Amino acid sequence: MVLQNIPLLLLISIVLFVILHNAPGGPLAPYLQNPHITPADIKRLEHNFGLDRPLYVQYWGWLEKVLTGDLGYSTSNSESVVAAMLDRLPATLELMGSAFFVSIVLGVALGIFSAVRPYSWIDYTVTTLAFFGQSMPVFWFALMLQLAFSVNGITAFGWRFALPSAGMCATDECGLYDRFVHLILPTVVLSLAYVATWSRFTRSSMLEVVRTDYMRTAAAKGLAPRAILLKHGLKNALTPVVTIVALSMPGLVAGAVVTETIFAWPGMGRLFYNALGQFDFSLLMGYLMLISFLVVLFNLLADVAYAWLDPRVTYD
Amino acid sequence: MELPAAATVKPDDEYRLERHGTWKRFRKHRLALAGAAVLIVMIVVAVFAPLITPADPNAIDQVNWSGYPLAPEVAGHILGTDENGRDLLARLIFGARISLTVAIFAVVMEIVIGTLLGALSGYYGGIVDFAIMRLTDVVLSIPLLPLLLVLTAIVAASSNKASLNFGVIVVLIGGLSWPSVARLVRASFLSLREREFAEAARALGNADLRIIFRHLLPNAVAPIIVAATLDVANVIILESTLSFLGFGIQPPTASWGNMLANAEANMAIAPWAAVFPGLCILVTVLAINYLGDGLRDALDPKM
Repeated sequence: MVLQNIPLLLLISIVLFVILHNAPGGPLAPYLQNPHITPADIKRLEHNFGLDRPLYVQYWGWLEKVLTGDLGYSTSNSESVVAAMLDRLPATLELMGSAFFVSIVLGVALGIFSAVRPYSWIDYTVTTLAFFGQSMPVFWFALMLQLAFSVNGITAFGWRFALPSAGMCATDECGLYDRFVHLILPTVVLSLAYVATWSRFTRSSMLEVVRTDYMRTAAAKGLAPRAILLKHGLKNALTPVVTIVALSMPGLVAGAVVTETIFAWPGMGRLFYNALGQFDFSLLMGYLMLISFLVVLFNLLADVAYAWLDPRVTYD
Repeated sequence: MELPAAATVKPDDEYRLERHGTWKRFRKHRLALAGAAVLIVMIVVAVFAPLITPADPNAIDQVNWSGYPLAPEVAGHILGTDENGRDLLARLIFGARISLTVAIFAVVMEIVIGTLLGALSGYYGGIVDFAIMRLTDVVLSIPLLPLLLVLTAIVAASSNKASLNFGVIVVLIGGLSWPSVARLVRASFLSLREREFAEAARALGNADLRIIFRHLLPNAVAPIIVAATLDVANVIILESTLSFLGFGIQPPTASWGNMLANAEANMAIAPWAAVFPGLCILVTVLAINYLGDGLRDALDPKM
C-alpha cells in the first residue's frame, strides 16, 4: 500500500511542476513586474537559477532539494518557503484543531441523537440542519456571522457584546480570553460543513448497526437500551465514521483557505492566498504539494484504521 | 417446499413495475418536488432575465446614487443597489444566468469526460484501466479549490484578470471534476460487463464501442444522473467561491459570488448587499441537493 503512494506523489509533483513552470514568467514572474529589472537582468537570473536548463533537469534539482526539506525561496515573504510555512503553522493548527474538535463532538452526538429515534422531530431537525450545512456557501455563512455578531454586536440584558471578526488577537499580549473570542467565529464557519456531513454519516452507520443480530442478542439478554446502543452499537458504528473523518482531514486544511482569508487568520491558507496575486512560484508549488501529500497520507491512514478497527477487512 | 410467489412474475412485468415505481417514489419525496419547483423558477428567471429585470444590471443610477449603496425600496430599487449604484435585483437576476450556466456546462463536460474514461477503464481493464485510474488518482489527490485558484491565477497572470471569462471557468471546473464520475462509471461497468446480456452482445459480434454505448451504458445511467444533479450544486458553490475570492467571473459581469466580494467592506451601512446574493446561492443549492436526494431514493432505493 505504501509503495503505490510514492509513484503517485512523484506523478503529482511532475504534473504540478510542469503546470506552474508553463505559467507566464514561471518562477521569475514577480521580477517581471519590477521596473528596475531589465530584460538582461532577467536573462542573468534565469541562468543563475538554472531556469534555462531543460525542464527535467530543473525538476530533478527541485526534487533533490525537496527531499532534503528545502521547498525553495518565497518571493512574497522574502524568506524560505519552509520558514514562512512554519511561521504560520501554529495558527492553522489552532483553527484546525478547534474546528476538528467541534465537528467530531457535535457531528457524532447529533448523529446518535437522530439514529436513536429515527423519523422523530429530533431526527428531522438534525437532518434538515445537515442539509442546510452542506448547501451553505462557506464564505457567505462567514459574512452573515460577521454581520450578526461583529458588525452590530448582540445586545442581551442591556449589555452589548460583539465577537471579533478578524485576526487571532486584539493586542500583542494575546491573552487566553482574547485568543478564545477570536477563535469562535472562524471555528463555527470551518466546522459547519463537517458537522453536517459527519452527523449524517454517523446516523446512517448507526441505523445500519441497530438492525444487526448482535444488537438483538444484546437486547434479548436484557441489557438496558442505553448500554446496548453506546457500548455495543456505537463502537461498531464508528468504524466507517473514522474512515470518513480521516479522509476529510486534508479538506479541513484546504478549506481553511476561504475561512482564513475572510477572518484575516494568520495561517497557511491565507499565506497561500496572498501568494496567488504575486505568483510566488515556490510557495504555491510547496503548498499544493503539501496538501496533496496530506490527501495521499490520510487516504493511507484511513485504510489502515479501517483494517485495524474491523478485523474482517484485509488488504493484499 | 413451496416456491416463492415472486418466481411466477414475468421479468417484463417486473421491469415495468420498477419503471413505474421510480416516479411514484419520487412523487412521495415532497422536499425533492419542492426542490424541483424552486429550480424550475430559477431556470425560468435565468432564461427570461432580460424580460423580467427591472433595470440594466450594469447601469449606474446616476440620478439617485451619491456614492453610497441605496437602501431597498429607495428610488424604485426593490432590493436597493450595490456600492456602485447598480440595481441589486437586476444583478441577482443576471447572476442566476451566470451561476446556472457555468454549473450546467461544467457538469455536462465533467459527465462526458468522466463517463467516457470510466467506461473505457471498466470495460477494457488491464493497461487502459491502469493508466486511466492513475490519472484519476492524481487529479483526485490535489485538492480542487487550491488547484483552481492557482490555475486561474496563471490565466490571470498570462494576460489580465478580464481573461477569466465564462469559458475559462467552465473548462477549468469541468476539466478537473470528472474523476469521481469516472470511478462511479468504472465500478458499474466492472460488474455490467460480466452480466449475461453483455456476454450475449459480444457473442453476436457487436463492436466494443456499440456494446459500451448501446448495451452497458443505459444500465449505468441512474447513478450518473444522481451524481450530475448533486455536482450542479457543488459547481455553483465552487464558482461562487472563486468569484468571491476574485479568481472567478470578473466584474462588471454579475455573478452571485462576485457580488459578495465588495459586500464585506460595506456590511455596516449596506447589509442587504451582503444578504441577498448568498441567499440565492443557498436556496438554489439546497433545492438541487433535495432534488438529488429524491432522485437517488427514486432511481435506486439501494443506493
